[in-house]
Amino acid sequence: MPFRIVNPAPVLGHPTKGEEACTFVLCANVNEGTIGAGLPSGPEHFLSTPNPHRLASKVARGDEHLLVAAAKSGDVAAFEELVNRYEHKIFRLTMNITRNREDAEDAMQDAFLKSYSHLNSFQGDSRFYTWLVRIAANEALMRLRKRRPNQFSLDEPVEGDEDLMPRELQDWGPGPEQRFAQTEMREILSSVIDELEADYRTVFVLRDIEELSTEDTATTLGISVPAVKSRLLRARLKLREKLNRYFQQGGAN
Amino acid sequence: MNCEEVIQELSNFIDGDLDPALKRELENHLKDCADCRLIVNQTKKTIEIFCDSEPVELPSDMQSRLHDMLRRKFKEAAR
Repeated sequence: MPFRIVNPAPVLGHPTKGEEACTFVLCANVNEGTIGAGLPSGPEHFLSTPNPHRLASKVARGDEHLLVAAAKSGDVAAFEELVNRYEHKIFRLTMNITRNREDAEDAMQDAFLKSYSHLNSFQGDSRFYTWLVRIAANEALMRLRKRRPNQFSLDEPVEGDEDLMPRELQDWGPGPEQRFAQTEMREILSSVIDELEADYRTVFVLRDIEELSTEDTATTLGISVPAVKSRLLRARLKLREKLNRYFQQGGAN
Repeated sequence: MNCEEVIQELSNFIDGDLDPALKRELENHLKDCADCRLIVNQTKKTIEIFCDSEPVELPSDMQSRLHDMLRRKFKEAAR
């Protein structure tokens, strides 16, 4: 499949506040290959997760920068190991932005293709994953805009004069998410994020789920920093209100 | 600081982006306002729940197509 760079993700200049914070949270989410998560780097940890799509790389899985360096020098197994490591999360990202499986798959494929063909432009002064997220977000956004041209505004802050003051003020009790089975909780989260307008959803996904910095989110989306902040506040308030339907004590769930 | 101002600054407060004086004002308001405390705590919880959610499973057929496509590219690049 031929492809071209329409809007390549700029190389980030330095690690961001978000990256610092994200290491811990994302480690809890990642099924495989957490970076610097205390894994010994001995040969027993080479490619130890069962996966039918693995090639044998000579680089230990904990060392992302070595994998990137090896991939840059032509070690395709090292690149494929990076894909193995992040494919689930990149699919979550493209799915969260597009809310369409076909678009999410296309965006994921093109994100990995472009990251492969443009690997030499990755300077290594940010995490590879952050760079990849920005490429994948661009791919997903292109498809979202194509499919729903009126649902995503590019450069205008979504301010509005609406009253932000929450009206739903019910107690959730301790650990409200623990009252639901894992699959049920996943469906709830999918449903509430699906209901969120694309403008708010994309900002929330990049800032709070992928933990990009406000500045990186603004650059990725092509909107201003105040617009990111404004949309993020509204996204958070709306999601809280939607979750309130499920979490309020004695409420319908 | 009143309740509306707390909501306006909610994200900055959660993200630790408030200047110290404003942060103190907001925290003082929270001491006396159960509604705002509830909103702040539930908004934090909302973010936490999404962050801690498991990534959706990548379907195996999609995973196969991704890797097949990449390997075709690797071969093309090697020629």
